[in-house]
Amino acid sequence: MVTGWFTGEGEEFRLLGTRCSACASVFFPREDAFCRNPGCPGGDLEEVPLSRRGRVWSYTDSRYRPPSPYVSDPELEWRPYALIAVELESERLVVLGQTVPGVTVADLAVGMEVEVVPGVLNEDAETTWTTWHWRPTGVTA
Amino acid sequence: MTGEVAVLGAGMHPWGKWGRGFVEYGTVAARAALADAGVDWRDVGSIVGADTVRGGYPGYVAGATFAKALGWQGARVASVYAACASGAQAVNTARAQILSGLADVVLVVGADAAPKGFFRPAGGDRADDPDWLRFRVLGATNPTYFGLYARRRMAVHGDTLEDFAQVKVKNAALGALNPNARYRKRVTAEQVAASAVVADPLRLLDICATSDGAAALVLSSMEFARRHGTADRVRIRAVSTVTPRYPNTVLDLPDIATDSAVAAEPAADTFRASIARAAYEEAGVGPGDLSLAEVYDLSTSLELQWYEDLGLCGEGEAAKLLREGATALGGRIPVNVSGGLASFGEAVPAQAIAQVCELTWQLRGAAGDRQVAGALVGITANQGLFGHGSSVIAVR
Repeated sequence: MVTGWFTGEGEEFRLLGTRCSACASVFFPREDAFCRNPGCPGGDLEEVPLSRRGRVWSYTDSRYRPPSPYVSDPELEWRPYALIAVELESERLVVLGQTVPGVTVADLAVGMEVEVVPGVLNEDAETTWTTWHWRPTGVTA
Repeated sequence: MTGEVAVLGAGMHPWGKWGRGFVEYGTVAARAALADAGVDWRDVGSIVGADTVRGGYPGYVAGATFAKALGWQGARVASVYAACASGAQAVNTARAQILSGLADVVLVVGADAAPKGFFRPAGGDRADDPDWLRFRVLGATNPTYFGLYARRRMAVHGDTLEDFAQVKVKNAALGALNPNARYRKRVTAEQVAASAVVADPLRLLDICATSDGAAALVLSSMEFARRHGTADRVRIRAVSTVTPRYPNTVLDLPDIATDSAVAAEPAADTFRASIARAAYEEAGVGPGDLSLAEVYDLSTSLELQWYEDLGLCGEGEAAKLLREGATALGGRIPVNVSGGLASFGEAVPAQAIAQVCELTWQLRGAAGDRQVAGALVGITANQGLFGHGSSVIAVR
């Protein structure tokens, strides 16, 4: 549904942002129009892969089915998923994402190292919507 | 200082789930505020509405809708949308008109009939809308953000679930004293702990509901107030409407990520703290001057965050302030003596106006059983989605 937010497979999977050539600010989700740093004279915005690993800034979960436009099958019992806000050290920004299936809030702690992996947001007969997931490092599930 | 405006009247429609339209709620609140002010609607020079969505109509409406319901009388009109800060922007618009001499008496109204359950973005696929994206891509509801802030406070400051529950216990006890509140029953910490988890670590009773409701104010120039002979003159001395500063490094609704701090150092204050600071600077008062505060307790843990952002205590000391009883009625700095959103629920365009109504009644000494003794200075604090600051300081 949104193009250009991530790329690659397996170990090569990366979130994609943009970086201002003038001030080096990084933007995620990608900013392709104008650099938003008010002290920047304005530069070209170039696509850059973000760090693969970061540390948990905070986390939570969603025990009730979110409303649309989140897509879920109302016929199926609701299964909560966890959300992690992850601090990327070199970009100095925090990115929110769902965890890989099976990782719950009981498995998480603030400061824990996580890595980005490809995931499935939802699928129907015609389409599979892919996304990024965060997974604690050392977990291979 | 930019000059003061007088609060001549305040009014509300009681909050709840009434199943009627926002126009009716707003009109009831407006008539109550006009009666309280002793001002005839036909003598009002301007009406400012805080916007809501009219069902079936592709847009936001307010000011003229209320003017029509009250009876067209030719007043100047404005309608403002700033998400949860809409009410404060409406107050600010009225104030600007008064201070610039465009109007002598202004009616400010906010009302809503909120949908049941989670707030959600308007329909349609809108990949350029961060509010749409956070739902579509992450299923990140408002409570999940509150959960992130709560868990972060626990990790960084050592706040506990019991601390969060005690905020609800305090606010429910105060809401029980307020006839305009939707929830008027006391709540125990055990009841909070027994309620269902919505977004870890927060439970149903940690998170505010959505409500129908309305609030209105009649504001005027100080000269008009003198001519009008208003004895107990409550004045608005500051309205903060600031935006964040780049880079905004605290993950905030509705964003999926923060700004990067690679190229510019973050300001010393967070956005929330800067909202309050701007109000203090404009009013020429500080946290030590406050008699009370009405803050935006979307969740119990967020109320604690505001204690620090308002400077009521140092960073990380909010739970201690709460445990000491300082923010309860009778404490050093009572917070949310109205009962807060915990007792009212959200009626988005009305809530920032409702906070000022509470300050007005408190500063007049007319708040009944929930009166803060000798109240002289009050602050409201609130934050509107997409970077709208909102804080009002009123004095007696």
